[in-house]
Amino acid sequence: MSLAAAEAAALVVEEGGSLRRDAWQRLRRNPSAIMGAALIVVFVAVAVLAPVLAPYSPRAADLSGIRPGFVPGPSAAHWLGLDQQGRDELSRILYGARYSLLIGVVSLGLGASVGMLLGALAGAFGGWVDNLLMRLMDVMLAIPGLLFAIAVAAVLGRKLSSVMIAIAVVNVPIFARLLRSSMLSQRESDYVVAARSIGVSRWRIVVNHILPNAVAPVIVQATLALATAIIDAAGLAFLGLGSADPGTPEWGRMLAETQRYLQSSPQLAIFPGLAIVLSVVGFNLLGEALREALDPKLRR
Amino acid sequence: MLKFVVRRLVQLVPILLGLSLLVFAWVRALPGGPETALLGERATPARVAEVRRAYGLDRPLYQQYGSYMGRVVRLDFGQSIATQRSVASEIRRRFPATIELTLAAMVFAIGLGLPLGFLAARRAGTALDQLSMGGSLLGISVPVFFLAFILKYVFAVKLGWLPTVGRLDVLRTVSHPTGFYVLDAVLTLDFPTLVDALRHLVLPGIALGTIPLAIVTRITRAAVLEVVNEDYVRTARAKGLTAGVVNRRHVLKNAMLPITTVIGLQTGLLLSGAVLTEIVFAWGGMGSFLYQAVFDRDFPVLQGGILFLAVVFVLVNLLVDISYGLLDPRIRVR
Repeated sequence: MSLAAAEAAALVVEEGGSLRRDAWQRLRRNPSAIMGAALIVVFVAVAVLAPVLAPYSPRAADLSGIRPGFVPGPSAAHWLGLDQQGRDELSRILYGARYSLLIGVVSLGLGASVGMLLGALAGAFGGWVDNLLMRLMDVMLAIPGLLFAIAVAAVLGRKLSSVMIAIAVVNVPIFARLLRSSMLSQRESDYVVAARSIGVSRWRIVVNHILPNAVAPVIVQATLALATAIIDAAGLAFLGLGSADPGTPEWGRMLAETQRYLQSSPQLAIFPGLAIVLSVVGFNLLGEALREALDPKLRR
Repeated sequence: MLKFVVRRLVQLVPILLGLSLLVFAWVRALPGGPETALLGERATPARVAEVRRAYGLDRPLYQQYGSYMGRVVRLDFGQSIATQRSVASEIRRRFPATIELTLAAMVFAIGLGLPLGFLAARRAGTALDQLSMGGSLLGISVPVFFLAFILKYVFAVKLGWLPTVGRLDVLRTVSHPTGFYVLDAVLTLDFPTLVDALRHLVLPGIALGTIPLAIVTRITRAAVLEVVNEDYVRTARAKGLTAGVVNRRHVLKNAMLPITTVIGLQTGLLLSGAVLTEIVFAWGGMGSFLYQAVFDRDFPVLQGGILFLAVVFVLVNLLVDISYGLLDPRIRVR
């Protein structure tokens, strides 16, 4: 290899890596990215380590202190008190993180992959494939999101997997449209025209050039969609569409079940509610920071 | 302009056709049918067959769909199985409640979000800016049912200022010529009812309006920041116009395009998707109505109601697109 060629190769590598490295630099210097990441780390750690961290089993009930309309509040033995069925509130919240994380990740993974596959097909082929797929997505988007999720979950029955599929289905058109439009905007860019002009095949242009560059907004959307998935999962559980097992420590369900204790024991709703808010804030903070990092034009 | 509107309306037809097929297939995929919800324990094979025949559910699917679509084009959505009233009259009764709630939420969101976003942009980087941006991030992160819980706890349980459920005090019996309770009270000059209806709107309006508030604040801030550095704003300032005039005529007017878009889209979303808020506040609108219909397996209500909401949603979006042309003459020309 001649010196000039080696130099050119090194230059290409540097150019190729610099955009991503720039983004990483911007992300690292953004305090809200750090805060969001920290919240997510705590959330994931709690979900994974729940059996170690939780002082009690989330299902073990101690009914001795429970009287009609009254549940014991926080104490030394039970930091967040007991719930209406005498279960340790803290343990239930810690275990609840598992359900939120599991539903969020699975439903998003499922919805985003199907959506991106459809979006990539539409973007790569164009023509009638594009038209057909996008009209289908329009139909799905015309149904209000939560109502759509309720509809899907109602068909599939009261199972945890129903909630995951329901939220996944709602995400499909969002990711399909996003990846497609992002691919379309790349299609006319200079480097694609250049690749086409030197005779690179259509397939290779899509896989090697368009997709890697089109994926940035998808990453941002995925982070933000995780936040929405957690809220939606809690919403479905709140409406009674989650798992059929009444002992499941889902945050949304815990909130729903304690509505009647609004006056006497508001903490039963406040703690699971805060758990939802904190995990959602984490993903929203990181998503926003990612958006800024990947698109410096947005930064002000 | 007219051509654009007509083309968009024509594009709507295949979407609605696809949607009607989807909803039709969906209600039939639900486990159990209206007969199980209606008969419950009393379901014998003979009675189930009787109910299914009465609602035409024993016919082949394509026939059911054909007769359903035949009626839909004449705006006849059939009869609710649960209430035995026509779906159209049920929608007429409940949709005003949803509109009223949406308006309350949007008044809250725009009334607070527009000035807040504007101030945040003009004082970018200050504590006020950071506070409003942090607040709006929190706003989109709080589930509406949790926010509703907090609002109820603080303003109803602790302070006792506001009612927690319903649209009016249950003891109040008044006539509702339009179904919009606030408007009805104004029309009948019933002042106490007006106050009562407005008081019932406050908490659900805030709960439902918080996400739009967060979004309106953010988009206003971004749009104003985009505009303040434009040459024409500098020119306006340079030729000695007062800050008020520059803000009103040059900054806000140009920033309104993205803001209007977001307001329109949010309004469409709220009109069609306030299920949780309506349930938590026992608000008798479309969201809680359709939610109940899922459990009653009320096929006609689901088919008609969802189609109706989707049409509303798509029409609101169309209105937003049309408003572009009105706000920005440059787009009208193209």
